[in-house]
Amino acid sequence: MADVRLSAVTKRFGDVCAVRDLSLDIADGELMVLLGPTGAGKTTTLRTIAGLERPDAGRVSIGGHDVTAEPPAVRDVAFVFQQYSLYPHLTVYDNLAFPLRSPARRLPEEEVRRMVHRVAELLHIESKLQNRATRLSGGEMQRVAIGRALVRAPAIYLMDEPLSSLDAKLRAELRLELKRIQSELGATILYVTHDQIEAMTMASRIGILSEGALVQIGTPREVYECPANTYVAAHLGTPGINLIPATLLATPGAPAGAHTIGARTEQLRIGHARNGAAQGVLKRIEHLGDQNHLHLEVGGHNLITLADPHARWKAGDTLSIELVDPTYFDAAGRRIAP
Amino acid sequence: MAEIRVDNLRKQFGEFTAVKQSSFTIEHGTFFVMLGPSGCGKTTTLRMIAGLELPTHGRILLDGDDVTFLRASHRDIAFVFQMFALYPHLSVFRNIAYPLHSQGVPRGEVRERVQETARLLRIEHLLKRGVSGLSGGDRQRVALGRAIVRRPKAFLMDEPLGALDAEFRRLMCGELRQLHDRIGATTVYVTHDQLEAMAMADRIAVMNQGLVEQVATPQEIYDRPASMFVADFIGSPPMSFLRFEGAVHPGERTVRVNGALLDVPQQREEAAGQLALGLRPEHVRLADASPLRGRVFGAEYLGTTQIVTVNTPHGQIKARVPSSLAVGIGENVGLALRAERLVLFDTGSGRALRSALYDGELNG
Repeated sequence: MADVRLSAVTKRFGDVCAVRDLSLDIADGELMVLLGPTGAGKTTTLRTIAGLERPDAGRVSIGGHDVTAEPPAVRDVAFVFQQYSLYPHLTVYDNLAFPLRSPARRLPEEEVRRMVHRVAELLHIESKLQNRATRLSGGEMQRVAIGRALVRAPAIYLMDEPLSSLDAKLRAELRLELKRIQSELGATILYVTHDQIEAMTMASRIGILSEGALVQIGTPREVYECPANTYVAAHLGTPGINLIPATLLATPGAPAGAHTIGARTEQLRIGHARNGAAQGVLKRIEHLGDQNHLHLEVGGHNLITLADPHARWKAGDTLSIELVDPTYFDAAGRRIAP
Repeated sequence: MAEIRVDNLRKQFGEFTAVKQSSFTIEHGTFFVMLGPSGCGKTTTLRMIAGLELPTHGRILLDGDDVTFLRASHRDIAFVFQMFALYPHLSVFRNIAYPLHSQGVPRGEVRERVQETARLLRIEHLLKRGVSGLSGGDRQRVALGRAIVRRPKAFLMDEPLGALDAEFRRLMCGELRQLHDRIGATTVYVTHDQLEAMAMADRIAVMNQGLVEQVATPQEIYDRPASMFVADFIGSPPMSFLRFEGAVHPGERTVRVNGALLDVPQQREEAAGQLALGLRPEHVRLADASPLRGRVFGAEYLGTTQIVTVNTPHGQIKARVPSSLAVGIGENVGLALRAERLVLFDTGSGRALRSALYDGELNG
């Protein structure tokens, strides 16, 4: 394991700047998640570290060595792709053993067996070792693909949306597993996704990308509670943050220059309107089982907030709405620190 | 507007039974969702309602009329497919107008109805545009428009949002539901996505291996699942189960789970053998004093709340707690349960055992 550093990396494809002036330090043993929509430069960043792309400017170093000019094979990275690419004619065991049997390594077969069993145990696929790779469910195949990276102990694991082809339930299970394995092995992982829940739940730190540039980097709690701007705020949390004009509701503590107010569920206190002093109307209640989404209308703006499913709300209720320590943004969308 | 009744419906494809004995009634104006994993028979049921498949056994009644063997085109139902097939060389207006032209509706009325449909879908400004340049969402709206413009008795939709990305699907869910509120036509919607079902449905039929396991409102299904399958399919994360061997008797308010005595809703029936206690993450609290203890396996930060996974000697339990609470991996914690919300299951049949929680239940 080792730390990985990107210094002012830029990568263009023709006229498109896929990654611009990106600097990133990934500490040893860290699970860093890069979050962003399609086209934000996430995959290009991964491929640049792997050596599959050569940056137009900037440097990549792994464990203190500058590897910018080195080919992928000598970089000591393991890549897990979105689509599990297993050898269909081999068993799970042989798929996992494959990277260890490479002629360059010359590991004794006994050692290979020990390592394969250890990884199979971590991933809970011990009982499937003798199965052909194609005789597995999607979740099992993806575990084998991850396992094939894990049998090695590279400087860094690079994972490109490894869970996105799985169904919701399996995804939830595997993200917890992956995090457990990562902390047990003390592995350094750079993980790329467009799924904010994956980022929030797994990351040591999240880097939020937009159009090839790093907008903010921090722990999940830091980026959720103190987003650098409205872009970051809008990409984290379900339901999404309510972004409303600063003049919509009374805000006695608003700092100078406040243009937009960000209010999440925990920053809104709603109650039944009293004495005709209503700020809003409850338009619709969305029942999601664990929680309800209340859809409110306030002065022509729609707000969404969570409520306990057994709270006594009904559509048409008039509401008092109070902001509790909301987030303020200036006219350019940047957060104003309190 | 229409009431749809599915009566003892069964469908076999050779040896394979896709739908076994389904019966349910979809009332006028309901947004009804058929939910289940792939292969559960939901699409086959929908296709039988549409008239695209003939049942092996059973009947389908549309407003009381037996339409079981009536052709699709004579059922006055509009089907919206997953892949919106639009005519690429025609404008939005002509795409929406197409079903009316083919029915021979007079020109003036066509214009009026297309305008009205476009207003409902909020795409009036697009009517003159070609469909090829439209965004995915607008194409979806045009496809819906083509179904709505006919003013059918019911809409049938087969995973219409399946091809869209998550963020956009969420948006379209809201739009479809609002559209339903404006039109009020009976809608039967098929999906495998429980969040979509919960967000949109008035009633949900949860299907598994060709059988309807439960028909009820979303909240009812969440709070009072009829079976372990339903409890496990709904919710993110789903219900946690503590499996144990034991017995319960009517009137009891406690149950012994592998040695731990836990409070449960008053039981209404007798059961013994392999049982499971089901608990939703919202009904579990971290409480130092509780005798039910375990080690924290993981904490997943979600912003407002976090999901804490705890391994106990009786099984894994997930708790939804405020994210302000500091929880360390490996920490030994006590868990308090909201007794009145817990469900016991017979793991053999998978059925939920009757208890005070199920009193006054609206039967699906």
